[in-house]
Amino acid sequence: MRFLGLTYLGAILAFLYLPIAIMMLMAFNQSPLYELPFTFDLVWFKALAGNERLLTAGWNSVWIALVSSAIATSIGTLAALGLARNEFTGKRFLQLMLFPPITIPWLIIGTAMLIFFFWTGVGRGLHAILLGHVALSLPYVIVVVGARLATHGPELEEAATSLGARPAQAFFRVTVPLLAPGIVAAGMFAFAVSFDQFIISYFLAAPGTSTLPVEIFTAIRKGFTPEINAISSIVIIISMSLVLVVSRFYRFGGER
Amino acid sequence: MTTISVTSVSKSYGAFRALDDVSIEFRDGEFFGLLGPSGSGKTTLLRAIAGFVTPDRGRIAFDGEEVDRTPVHKRRIGMVFQSYALFPHLSVARNLAFGLEVRGDPKVETGRRIEEYLALVRLSGLGGRKPRELSGGQQQRVALARALITGPRVLLLDEPLGALDRKLRQEMQVELRDIQRRTGITTIFVTHDQEEALTLSDRIAIINEGRIVQVGSPQEVYERPVSVFAAQFLGDANLFSGKAITGGLVLADGTMIRVSGQCAGLAVVRPEKVRIGRSAGAELNTLKGVVMQSVYSGASVVYRVAVPVLGETPSLAFVQNSSGELHAPGSEVTLAWDAAHTMAVAP
Repeated sequence: MRFLGLTYLGAILAFLYLPIAIMMLMAFNQSPLYELPFTFDLVWFKALAGNERLLTAGWNSVWIALVSSAIATSIGTLAALGLARNEFTGKRFLQLMLFPPITIPWLIIGTAMLIFFFWTGVGRGLHAILLGHVALSLPYVIVVVGARLATHGPELEEAATSLGARPAQAFFRVTVPLLAPGIVAAGMFAFAVSFDQFIISYFLAAPGTSTLPVEIFTAIRKGFTPEINAISSIVIIISMSLVLVVSRFYRFGGER
Repeated sequence: MTTISVTSVSKSYGAFRALDDVSIEFRDGEFFGLLGPSGSGKTTLLRAIAGFVTPDRGRIAFDGEEVDRTPVHKRRIGMVFQSYALFPHLSVARNLAFGLEVRGDPKVETGRRIEEYLALVRLSGLGGRKPRELSGGQQQRVALARALITGPRVLLLDEPLGALDRKLRQEMQVELRDIQRRTGITTIFVTHDQEEALTLSDRIAIINEGRIVQVGSPQEVYERPVSVFAAQFLGDANLFSGKAITGGLVLADGTMIRVSGQCAGLAVVRPEKVRIGRSAGAELNTLKGVVMQSVYSGASVVYRVAVPVLGETPSLAFVQNSSGELHAPGSEVTLAWDAAHTMAVAP
């Protein structure tokens, strides 16, 4: 029984990680055609260092993800607070309207944004991508922070004000520390939504400037080079270490 | 310290009138119990005094100074919430420090006061714990110390003992009362537990449907209820209704019930005032009935007695078990009680 369980677990892990592991391994293989025997070489990383297009795209992806997740997390947290702590007409409707953007296919949202940005004069380019990513990740942030807010009622803020705290003091001394795990999780979500985003970035990118997923897609269409394996490996290592660091501060699936 | 006066305060939520023209005065240093069923408006009244609820009409004043436009954080109140509302991310000591820190007290002074108030609630040495590491009773005491440490003008308690089990509850009642006496702070507490209200309060207000039904000392309110609701909400009561005559009322079958006070056709008697026997003595009010049920608990016995003229509801008699004899279900008995204990009430 125990053997069966371990086999099952191993199968799942292999299913999840084998393709990634092979890709990372091939980033260090000398042959561009996945030839064996495996010969360790950093040739593809060296090639990557000289590939301006991929590097620029990578940098674009990082700063767009950082800026858009920062904006979405701030706005989204305030929106979640507003929704949780106030009663107003149309509140239910607003809360309901948070979900369609999550379920509508990105292709459709991307088309809509492209048309809208064209029509309003926002146009295409990194600024448009940034705007699109903020809009995309906002519902995720509101839902994640809102779930965290729902775990405690308004009593804690009330207790703070009863003890003489001004509303701003109650917010920064009580609400923010309590929400911190939710805010961090929401920020990671928003970062991932932006960093992973292909379709919308592809639609909104101006010719010549784009994000990493778009650039990788274009590069593959032109002919695959193991430089892609190299940059993908770097991205994987960075994102996995980020998850590990964050999980030290916040245990997923609830507090404590 | 502080007298709190509430004058003609009303508050509605949509069509629901939570408070309906409530006027009441809480005297300096008294322990005041607001007692009522859920939805009666007692918590709304407490929250209006705290400033969390803005009344639609009326005035609230602390020592004659109107606080209607004063926000909660400037009212200088201490409040203990039903859930305690301890800050889970702060240690016990930091919970206590919170109120002193936000107003900018010097650190040394804060540290000294924290020790003093931890000692007051018998939690010295536990300042470093997180709230979740404490028992329910200890959390309750932290909440109390946190509310008192800032030296508030009034202490507001919202069902403070509601979450504790019975034994702990009784211990905390004694402790709460003791701390209140030592600090001398005007205290208003909300409860739906009649026994708790009687035990703790200097005075009680019974609230129902947003209105104050009766205000008085526990003894006054228990012994002299003004209405059927007051009589039945605070303790048990046997109710008689009939035609009013001089000195009492006449039941449907012609039996006269002598009543103390001016009677309009309704009267009550407390079950512990009723004696039970096979024959009537020289008592003034008697009724015949049949024992339906007896609940024996050693020192005392509770009888439910069917009295035909009083209809469906059985009459209750709480009797000391002095003879050692029980009246078995089905036996015919006579209920007897003093006219002086028969109180006229309003509907």
